[in-house]
Amino acid sequence: MTISFIHPALIMIVGACLLPLVRGPFRKPYMFLVPLLTFIDVIYLSQNAGTYGVFQFMNWELTFGRVDRLSMIFGFIMSLMAIIGTIYGMHVEDEWQHIAAWFYVAGSLGAIFAADYITLFLFWEMMAFASTFLIWARKDEEALAAGYRYILVHTFGGVILLLGFVLRYQATGDLSFDQLNVSSPELYTWLIMAGLMLNAAVPPLHSWLPDAYSKATAVGAVFMCAFTTKTAVYTLIRSCSGFEVLIYLGVIMAIYGIIYAVMENDVRKLLGWEIVSQVGYMVAGVGIGTTLAINGACAHAFAHILYKGLLFMAAGAILTTTGRQKLTQLGGLYKKMPATMVFMLIGGLAVSGLPLMSGFISKSMIIAAAFESHILWAGFALTVVSAGTFLAAGLRLPYLIFFGKNNCSEETWEKAQDPSWNMQLAMAIGGFLCIFLGVYTPFLYNMLPNTEVVFNPYNAYHLSETIQIMAFTAFAFFMLRKYVMPKNTISLDMDWFYRMGGRAFYWTVENPLQWFDTALSKFYKSVGIYCLMVTSAFWSWFDWNGIDGVVDGTARCVRAIGRRVTIVLQRGQIQQTIYYTVSFAAVLLVAYVWL
Amino acid sequence: MIINLIDYLRDRLQTVIYYCYGVMTFIVIWSITVDTSHAHTWAEKMIPGFWSLFGLCSCAIVIMVARWYGKSGIQAREDYYDN
Repeated sequence: MTISFIHPALIMIVGACLLPLVRGPFRKPYMFLVPLLTFIDVIYLSQNAGTYGVFQFMNWELTFGRVDRLSMIFGFIMSLMAIIGTIYGMHVEDEWQHIAAWFYVAGSLGAIFAADYITLFLFWEMMAFASTFLIWARKDEEALAAGYRYILVHTFGGVILLLGFVLRYQATGDLSFDQLNVSSPELYTWLIMAGLMLNAAVPPLHSWLPDAYSKATAVGAVFMCAFTTKTAVYTLIRSCSGFEVLIYLGVIMAIYGIIYAVMENDVRKLLGWEIVSQVGYMVAGVGIGTTLAINGACAHAFAHILYKGLLFMAAGAILTTTGRQKLTQLGGLYKKMPATMVFMLIGGLAVSGLPLMSGFISKSMIIAAAFESHILWAGFALTVVSAGTFLAAGLRLPYLIFFGKNNCSEETWEKAQDPSWNMQLAMAIGGFLCIFLGVYTPFLYNMLPNTEVVFNPYNAYHLSETIQIMAFTAFAFFMLRKYVMPKNTISLDMDWFYRMGGRAFYWTVENPLQWFDTALSKFYKSVGIYCLMVTSAFWSWFDWNGIDGVVDGTARCVRAIGRRVTIVLQRGQIQQTIYYTVSFAAVLLVAYVWL
Repeated sequence: MIINLIDYLRDRLQTVIYYCYGVMTFIVIWSITVDTSHAHTWAEKMIPGFWSLFGLCSCAIVIMVARWYGKSGIQAREDYYDN
């Protein structure tokens, strides 16, 4: 039986294109329907694994629809998140934001189902460009600048990826997007990995993430936190699993992210740093590369999208109602935003890996895989980070926003309230799923790509381990909380290099280059213009006396001859004129006959 | 409802803290009785309450490293990038 294949990305793209035409009371149902259809399409495809959408383009075979267990789990969660994100943003009138968000989702789905580098690259860039508009949609100066930085960094990453797969094509003649030979990596392997890594925000290519996500619109950040990094994790699993360097990078990333998260004052930047840290687990899982680790990376990506979406939704709710996102301007909000507080706590506890929450069943798989592969240092380091995660997202963040010292201005306090129904609904769905995944493990575990792996997070030892870590992390936080109070600072990071690099470029343009330009124009003015004037004076003279002389002389000559002719031949007597005319005609006739 | 609950607990903060200490003690005692056959390393089997100690130290290390790192010049004033 042939299966009719409709690419899920196509539904989102067509839906986005038609969105401006759907107005008034139809807008909201339509906005719900399009991601829902996409989700149904993904579920339908999951029942019919196979390869679809193969096209011949010039010499290359493009494959748009590779449907297998690995692409399915990512396709499933992405399309689910598209529904939640769209519900969250339903109140937003600005249709460009929705169009950008849907194109962004389409880019992600397209990249996930792509089976060759050209298709992957196409959707990869679609993701980068569409998401930039989610930053620019905030329309203030900071967002504009952050959007430019974001798109420049991603274009750079795209170029590295392009370079990598073109080199690979030249060397092997193969464009299919599959597992690379990571045991003996070539230059192109490194380049492809670096290109993919940039989107996964692996240091030192990570600074774009907290920078951009904290400047995007409230809705934009909810979409962005889900798609770019997790699509990149998917591509890394697909192409680089077992690449040992990723273990080191992943662990460094997890630690680096959490240190910055603890220092951070901006709520959404803090959550951005948390993404860096959590994606570190997944990258380390990809590096370990065993079946358990790969399952763990997939499960963690799945769980992460939901709880991080929830956290960004709660942060977006605070931003939308109060207009503030700095911890030094918030505090004590549990009285005004109780529902938001509950959702943020659920998200925070899920990311921290509290038993019965989604983070617990996914994160522990990666840590267990590290221990099972006898990479003890990675296992312990990631456990330290999970304590740090609880500190940053489960304790410090809710404490400083909802409890703690009230730093709200009167205006902020007045404006603070739980957000609109659609935002609360989206958060409720996210919150429910965070708990549901943790309670009913087969839901997620049955979707994982390696079916032979059996993993049970709920054994007494593991439970005791997690609860001990969390309890004593909380105790340490309680004792040392004065050291993690927010300060009005920003944390310098790798973006310093390109921000300052950009500034150095400006300086070079403004100073030495400008000086050279000025000097050149001065030189031109004094020497060039003088030479030009002399030359043109000469040509003017030449024109007047030479060319005009010749032309005028000829004219004068003709006029003089004409005058003579008039005097001699045209005396006004008709007989003479006829005589001359007839004689002339006769001469002509004779000449004609003779010659 | 939840606001009232929080207010109720806040009014009795000291009692809440005592309860938390009680829960922590219980957790440590439970950890000693738990079957350690799933442990990854010898340290977990030999040191009672290993993960409690680990959690405490991890959190303290993260806080202190972040503090030291921030003070070493990484935390800059907010208008750092403005000219």
